[in-house]
Amino acid sequence: MQEHTLLPEPVRAQSILSEVMEIGSRVQPFSSESREKAPRIRDAKAVHSVCPYCAVGCSLNVYVKDGHVIDIEGDPNSPINHGTLCPKGSATFQYTVNSSRLTQVLYRAPYSDHWEVKSLDWAMEQIAQRVKKTRDETFVERLPDGREVNHTLAMASLGGATLDVEENYLMKKLLTGGLGIVSIENQARI
Amino acid sequence: MGSNMAEAHPIAFASVVKAKELGAKVMHVDPHYSRTSALANLYVSTRAGSDIVFLGAIIRHILENQGYFHDYVVNYTNAATLIRADFKDTEELDGLFSGYDAQSETYSDQSSWDYERDKDGRPLTDPTLQNPRCVFQVMRRHYARYTPEMVERVCGVPREQWLQVAQTLIENSGRERTSAICYAVGWTQQSKGVQIIRAAAIIQLLLGNIGRPGGGIMALRGHASIQGSTDVPTLYDLLAGYMPQPSALLPQQTLEEYIATSGQKYGWWSNTPAYIRSLLQAWYGDAANEEDGNCSYRLIPKIIGDHSHLVTSYAMLDGKVKGYLLFGQNPAAGSTNARMQRKALEQLDWMVVRDLYEVESAAFWYKQPGYGPESSPVDSSKIKTEIFLMPAAASTEKEGSFTNTQRMLQWRDKAVDPSGDARSDLWFVYHLGKRLKELYAGSKEWRDQGLLSLTWDYDMEHPEEGSRITDEPDALLVLKELNGYYVRPPDAKEGEKKTYTLRAAPHVPGFSVLKSDGSTACGSWIYSGVYPAPGKNLAAARNPEGRTFLGWGYSWPANRRILYNRASADPQGRPWSERKKYVWWDEAEKKWTGYDVPDFPVGKPPDFKPAPGAVGIDAHSGSDPFIMKPDGKGWLFVPKGLKDGPLPTHYEAAESPVHNALYRQQSNPAAKYFRDRPDNQLAAVDDENFPIVVTTYRLTEHHVSGPMTRWMPWLNALQPSLFVELSPELASERQIRHGEWVIINTPRGEIEARAMVTRRMRPLFVAGRVVHQIGLPFHWGFQGKSKGSITNDLAHMVLEPNVSIEEAKAFTCNIRPGRMP
Repeated sequence: MQEHTLLPEPVRAQSILSEVMEIGSRVQPFSSESREKAPRIRDAKAVHSVCPYCAVGCSLNVYVKDGHVIDIEGDPNSPINHGTLCPKGSATFQYTVNSSRLTQVLYRAPYSDHWEVKSLDWAMEQIAQRVKKTRDETFVERLPDGREVNHTLAMASLGGATLDVEENYLMKKLLTGGLGIVSIENQARI
Repeated sequence: MGSNMAEAHPIAFASVVKAKELGAKVMHVDPHYSRTSALANLYVSTRAGSDIVFLGAIIRHILENQGYFHDYVVNYTNAATLIRADFKDTEELDGLFSGYDAQSETYSDQSSWDYERDKDGRPLTDPTLQNPRCVFQVMRRHYARYTPEMVERVCGVPREQWLQVAQTLIENSGRERTSAICYAVGWTQQSKGVQIIRAAAIIQLLLGNIGRPGGGIMALRGHASIQGSTDVPTLYDLLAGYMPQPSALLPQQTLEEYIATSGQKYGWWSNTPAYIRSLLQAWYGDAANEEDGNCSYRLIPKIIGDHSHLVTSYAMLDGKVKGYLLFGQNPAAGSTNARMQRKALEQLDWMVVRDLYEVESAAFWYKQPGYGPESSPVDSSKIKTEIFLMPAAASTEKEGSFTNTQRMLQWRDKAVDPSGDARSDLWFVYHLGKRLKELYAGSKEWRDQGLLSLTWDYDMEHPEEGSRITDEPDALLVLKELNGYYVRPPDAKEGEKKTYTLRAAPHVPGFSVLKSDGSTACGSWIYSGVYPAPGKNLAAARNPEGRTFLGWGYSWPANRRILYNRASADPQGRPWSERKKYVWWDEAEKKWTGYDVPDFPVGKPPDFKPAPGAVGIDAHSGSDPFIMKPDGKGWLFVPKGLKDGPLPTHYEAAESPVHNALYRQQSNPAAKYFRDRPDNQLAAVDDENFPIVVTTYRLTEHHVSGPMTRWMPWLNALQPSLFVELSPELASERQIRHGEWVIINTPRGEIEARAMVTRRMRPLFVAGRVVHQIGLPFHWGFQGKSKGSITNDLAHMVLEPNVSIEEAKAFTCNIRPGRMP
């Protein structure tokens, strides 16, 4: 994979300039801080990604430093976006790093008026139990006239079109192929 | 048409602007003057819902003025094919085709639409195009009344403007030039959306613009992997790679019957047996390892009708759906007739919402938007729905691929772990499957054998270094299954019993090696070739060199960038012109070659003639570019497969201010209307209470109902709130002032928005009177950092018959100054 050169051209130009400026001058016009300044992404790892919004497929460089995303920019190598991004694509940093994001499982019991925080393990087990119960109660092997259907119409799934290809594939495989749920749908319908 | 590309697909539109700078002409036909219109050479203001009259008149103009590309049309389309004598056109039946059953409101008998055939089933043709029953002549009669006068009367477009569009298209097509047509949900979200796209396809086939560089019909799809969701797919009526989901309404009880009813004897779909059998192997592994694959085929659930999202919403409202899984989807604000959607969610026993934020679909049980006079606080104690709100990982926090609107898969690497208990949807589905397999372990029930035999081992070989999530499944292994693998060694000797699991198996190089004997497995045949060898994930390829960027990502099928590109050469295999050279026959090498991967059997010479009795792809000649079609031709007339007719026909939208000027049939006779639903009331034709046409659209700064944007301060600063665009004429008629609040209402509900009085919306002169149109973005809801009314509360649920999409782009409303109580 081609490594994208992390930009040092203007930085070099600046330091040459500062050297030139020093000639004949007793006063250093740039502080050492200015001279040593570098883009904050210089030591960051650039991770190849793709914009999660529309279907154009603009390439992103996600810059990671010390385990944190510090910036997201368009990938200049991409023949699709040539490094450019629209307002949404330019804002993908806030889509990733956002204090409003959910980080815990919230549970609302039937007829309850509040959320409760629950563990991931508890929720996964409860969901598996609900799926099994509903499936067992509603599964149809054959229609009254004998035609085989092997399905349940009492559960449904609706996915967003920002799911990965691999995620969509496993959803269809498990929900339809494994459980017999027929209404597996997606934003692609809408 | 049907797209505001500059606003909704801005970076792709940059390429259009670049083409314009190089001399290309850009024309925009739309009800709403937008950023796209501003950059076009020509903008034409038209009435929402009248597209087929505009396009049909172009078809007529091309046919009557010999504007078509003769050699292309005669050789590559079905223009010369004869249609059965008992076919009756809409001209004869006042807006209906033969075969319509008024009782069921469907075309229950489509046999008369078929080709006239010889005793062996091969279609009869008249290459002179003179036979009155050939498609060319059938089309001439069908479009005879789609005149420039009709365009003026129905679309409200002056004929000179329409003619400029028609002439420009014709002048920019042919051997030396090509034209492209772009559309988006402005077309698909109409009660005849498929037929609008078909009308564009007819124009492009007549002008020779399919399979050629710079040509085509571009579906500008709206989401990062909406194409992938359709390919894999997560749709009720499809299996992988556009094979149909088995149905109990058809004779499809066995694999043999399924192949007989869904495959084709001629053309590429004759490979259906290999593709379905390989899918069964990928899903059920050893359980499919019996002689004919029928046991595992029986495990696949059969459909018994329309189980699409919106029809399922009504089943939910009726209490028939107990459990619901939402994966990053927000029907409470994002789906049509959203108020009904929220009521439907209240009827569930339980639901799982997986999202980044607490979206409207997770919060409906304690918060609702105001309903005007009906407004009342939500009483949670009356709502039973049990909800599991699960934090999801963002696209930067997991690896996997998106398939973009050019069918191109692009792999993303993972940047960081998601926070806290947030997980990828891959993780959720994988671990849900593992838990369910445990819960059902040991069951001997037939109904449970599908789950128990499902191949389900995607554990990472070694947990990802530096990640605290140690049980994330391996997305690359899933991609390998999509690509396909050998279940038995390709060079296995007879009687050799060795079989491979997914993990250990050799990759298949592409779909050409898939077999119908159970020796190969493949999760989606069209993706086969994306990961042809260990370490060679072509979705991650990032070589930006070359004329068609074949080294950047991977476009299905077989990395072809333009479909049907055999049509870029003439019947003899020579480029139509030097300027439009793309794929051609190399006589010295005896193969097809060019700038792209040929979408044609690579060694089949242009003068190849099929042997009598040949089947499959060998039944096509060397000059039949449309390899997916049984006859190898581009279909101007669709003899089979559409639910609302073989030729695009103008019907008014389900809600319209005018009567249909062409036929007595007012709106699409095969659409699904849900007339008996009290929450789906429609305005009458020319309804004085709802005289204004409304269309909805996106803004660059937000995404659909907002779950991925309304929590982001940067974007909210750019587009802070809902507004409605209306013309100064309408504003003055209704005493509405720019910037003030207005209420918009339909029979389904009402919303409030700020008035944006602008000349971008223009009153049109239609059917002898003025028709006003307004435009509404639809990005808001009652959650998030930027809140506003839900535009989808206004929209109805009338579904297009082929694909069950709602009509959100053309309906009627009323507007008045003020705020909701």
